[in-house]
Amino acid sequence: MKKISWYFLMAWRDSRRDQSRLLLFIAAIVLGIAALVSTLSFGRNLREDIDDQAKELLGADMVIYSNRPLSKADEMLLDSLPNRHSEECSFASMVYFVRNGQSRLVQVRAIEGDYPYYGELETTPAAADTDFREKQEALVDKTLLLQYGAKPGDSVRIGELSFAIAGSLDKAPGRNEISMTVAPPVYIPLRYMEPAGLLKKGSRVNYQYYYQYLQGDPEQFAQQIAPRLEAVGLHYETIAMRKNRMTNAFQHLTEFMTLISFIALLLGAVGVASSVNIYIREKVSDIAILRCLGLKARQAFLVYLVQVLVVGVLGSVLGAGLGLVLQQLLPGVFKDILPLETRFRVVWPAFFEGIAVGVIVSLLFALLPLLSVRKISPLLTLRVSLEPVRGRDPLRWLVYIVILGFIAFFSYLRMENGRKALVFTVSLLGAFLVLTGIARLFLFLIRRAFPERWPYLWRQGFANLFRPNNQTVILIVTIGLGTTFIGTLFFVQQFLIDQVTTSARGGEGNMVLFDIQPDQVKGIEGLAGQYHLPVKQEIPIVTMRIVEVRGQRGDSVLGQVANGGSHRRGQGFGERMDSNAVGRWVFEQELRVTYRDSLTGSEKLVAGQLGAPVSGPNDPISISLAEDFAKRWNIRVGDPVVFDVQGVRIATVVGSLRKVQWQRLELSFFVVFPRGVLERAPQFDVMITRVNTPEESARFQRAIVEKFPNVSVIDLQLVLSVLDEVLGKIGDVIRFMAGFCILTGLIVLITSVLISKYQRIRESVLLRTLGATRRQVRIILLLEYFFLGTLAAATGILLSLVFAEALARWSFEAPLMIHWVAVAEIFVAIMGLTMLIGLYNSRGVLNRPPLEVLRRED
Amino acid sequence: MLKIEKVSKTYTAGGRTLTVLDNISFQVGESETVSIVGPSGSGKTTLLGLSAGLDRSSTGTIELNGVSLGALDEDERAVLRNQYVGFIFQNFQLLPTLTALENVMVPLELRGEKHVRARARELLEQVGLGDRLHHYPAQLSGGEQQRVSLARAFANRPRILFADEPTGNLDTETSELVAGMIFDLNRQAGTTLVLVTHNLDLAASTGRIIKLGKGHIVSDETSLREVPSDKKKTL
Ligand SMILES: Nc1ncnc2c1ncn2[C@@H]1O[C@H](COP(=O)(O)OP(=O)(O)OP(=O)(O)O)[C@@H](O)[C@H]1O
Ligand SMILES: [Mg+2]
Repeated sequence: MKKISWYFLMAWRDSRRDQSRLLLFIAAIVLGIAALVSTLSFGRNLREDIDDQAKELLGADMVIYSNRPLSKADEMLLDSLPNRHSEECSFASMVYFVRNGQSRLVQVRAIEGDYPYYGELETTPAAADTDFREKQEALVDKTLLLQYGAKPGDSVRIGELSFAIAGSLDKAPGRNEISMTVAPPVYIPLRYMEPAGLLKKGSRVNYQYYYQYLQGDPEQFAQQIAPRLEAVGLHYETIAMRKNRMTNAFQHLTEFMTLISFIALLLGAVGVASSVNIYIREKVSDIAILRCLGLKARQAFLVYLVQVLVVGVLGSVLGAGLGLVLQQLLPGVFKDILPLETRFRVVWPAFFEGIAVGVIVSLLFALLPLLSVRKISPLLTLRVSLEPVRGRDPLRWLVYIVILGFIAFFSYLRMENGRKALVFTVSLLGAFLVLTGIARLFLFLIRRAFPERWPYLWRQGFANLFRPNNQTVILIVTIGLGTTFIGTLFFVQQFLIDQVTTSARGGEGNMVLFDIQPDQVKGIEGLAGQYHLPVKQEIPIVTMRIVEVRGQRGDSVLGQVANGGSHRRGQGFGERMDSNAVGRWVFEQELRVTYRDSLTGSEKLVAGQLGAPVSGPNDPISISLAEDFAKRWNIRVGDPVVFDVQGVRIATVVGSLRKVQWQRLELSFFVVFPRGVLERAPQFDVMITRVNTPEESARFQRAIVEKFPNVSVIDLQLVLSVLDEVLGKIGDVIRFMAGFCILTGLIVLITSVLISKYQRIRESVLLRTLGATRRQVRIILLLEYFFLGTLAAATGILLSLVFAEALARWSFEAPLMIHWVAVAEIFVAIMGLTMLIGLYNSRGVLNRPPLEVLRRED
Repeated sequence: MLKIEKVSKTYTAGGRTLTVLDNISFQVGESETVSIVGPSGSGKTTLLGLSAGLDRSSTGTIELNGVSLGALDEDERAVLRNQYVGFIFQNFQLLPTLTALENVMVPLELRGEKHVRARARELLEQVGLGDRLHHYPAQLSGGEQQRVSLARAFANRPRILFADEPTGNLDTETSELVAGMIFDLNRQAGTTLVLVTHNLDLAASTGRIIKLGKGHIVSDETSLREVPSDKKKTL
């Protein structure tokens, strides 16, 4: 047994001339580790920030959410501890900017009281937050102000009243940029709701009651009253619940990022394995000599293991350090998604976890080529021609298994879910196999199909991909995978936008008017006529609740859950149900229902018959449900369903199921009633029309807002711009993470170019000795990277198209439209980048004088 | 010291079997010096490799210092080499990343010896390279490299020294110098020497010459005279 120090000494001596190269190998994992450390640390920081700022996120000790005003009994219940409270009604409405005559749909938040109790509404000027509550003033979202060129002091009209703009709203508790983009908020004092005629709102008004308890423990209190709140269908949220909800939500996000970082690390590790393989091949004769001098197989293996270990540790420490730098960038990347401030703090456990994972992963992957050291025969000292490594090594399989085991273990640590970890590991393996398979297939096909008669330079450039010890496949895989991420993101994004755009092509409606009172229908039709706009659809909507399904009563179902005690807001989706139970969600929700006797273009009947019009009080009322809705909540054809239509109970039977294409810009309904039942019920109307130009849209909107201030208008342009903005903001995060994979791929490319540099120089010198000009040699190199870039980009794009298509088919049930220009752009970008980096790193190849190279031969 | 008995070596290449050594037997005694000669391709290197335990024979037994190589695995043979065997190669086979001194130290370090550095330095001084201790192989001439490899070969006081064309890559003058050193060191240490060479002069300096041809021993005779190499020039 040798002393351990001897291995280090020998490793040091052996690597003496290659240490910078070894470090270069390891560079491939540096980024992955950096990404890992930064996301782990960021996740931890975020969790702590959520803990610290949970109060400010909720703004109160407890919030009650409801779609109706609180009853006296509810209020008394909530007031049983001394408190301060605020009330807020929020609803969609048009806001009209008087200065420029433009209008837009916004989220009006009518508020009374001093909410928020923790944190603040950040406004410019700062006093605006308190000012607007006193006067007839509004706080307007800052982006809205910018977009519509309005400023404090201007007026906006909401409903029938004008409000002076008190200031711009820069930040509100618990709201992120994305939610502000989707529903830009405008705050007004609650007392103006009635004078503004906004109580007539047909569409959903949400009520929020904010409580700050001055005595007692709000959490405990919430637990006590929870059953009562549940029983009357009220939702509540406390600081602890908000903390939990946010932590869970962002846990998933950071988990996702950590896993992508891990993938980048694994990609890098594959690069390391391939570099170490080349290194070992170059060391074969040295190893043979050592074996001749009496070094045992295991000892020779250790000499090289030590080398990899040392650079692995160095690279990992470097990566972890870089991770700290990267971590500072993450809040910027996430600023649109995060509803809170994040502060940078070094998280040492994450730092060391990154190092440990880096060392383990680089060692495990390097083991694959390192194992062959054991098989190098001393006979090679006598015979150079011998195949350096003989036979198959069962230990390799063990290493493969350990690698998979480690991937599963790591993902389990992150996700704390065995099944998910398994799925992750298996899909990763699958993706890797598929990518390698495609890469190899491409190479094989091109090699087969490559025209013999192509000019020599082309053939030489292509043949370079197959030079001994080439890393072509691994390069295609790493760069290709990065491309796959970015491509998939891009295509899906494009797909969503296409969906919205095409849904309004060919004369279909592209503007929706809602909250129309029945007595306004005639007037609006007239107005549309004046503007020569067609009325495409007119849909009556009645709001109601389901109170009984198949004999199961809503109040008892809700009560039961409440008594179970563990109920949390939004938990209904994952709940396990016995086979006969109807989903609880059904009873909680206020449903919007229409009535008609035909199907729309986006519906298909899948069971039963659409209900016949009802003419007498004894006729059965046969309703139609959306298929997904019925399946999800366990309701079947023939089931009796009782509705509460604003106080009136109506007994019906499920007569049919419809398959609904939800992604169309059409109103789709879970529940459709037959004619002859709801005509007299309180209702409002939705009208769909088509405008041809943005100007036309603006003119018509202005006319509507002036004559029918309670009616809201949304046009396709708005939906598109919001969608575009939101996707852009979410896309930032994904692009940032995918960037790691691409960068790792490019680093592997750089290392592989540098590793093969000497080989390339010799080739180039040889070619030049044979009479090739430097220009010709340069073209050969250029073509080599051209082929490489092409293959990588093609592989990535092909896969991303497959993914995007699968997503489109399965999640959206619509075919993917391929934008060839976009495909070409991605293709050219990736290929160009590959060529650029390849060429830049081989610039030394051409400048070497031939003689110098020949002298270095020995 | 070395006992070869009915040793054959066959290779299969491209579906055909090639018998490189065919039923060869001979023995080499302690402190004996033997050269193996023969035309190119006759199996000299193969025989040397088998004798030194670098490869396994197809049939037959090889005993080195009384130990049958067939019974040992690769690692045990490595230990055996380290303890009893020295090597000199045609193309020197120094480790390029190690200095001259370190190259000589390695076999000693492998044995876990003490005062390794002093002994290595002494050996290098003996081959006349006392002033080149810290040079890398690339900084030495071919002859100097071969002298380093000589020092390395004798570092572990081998019982038997195998040399495959030790002078094949050197000019005549340097060859003679190196050959002289081999015999000197050999005599001082009483080492057994097995030498493969095309150089008949060099072969004649050993006590016995085995001639190979097409895998068979063609002749095996004692050299007419054993001439001390340092006096060879005067002959
Ligand atoms: N691994 C192998 N596979 C097939 N044939 C081999 C192998 N190794 C050696 N040979 C063959 O064995 C024969 C003997 O080779 P060997 O190297 O022992 O000859 P040699 O006498 O040392 O020749 P030289 O004087 O040219 O060095 C040659 O014909 C060679 O082609
Ligand atoms: Mg030979």
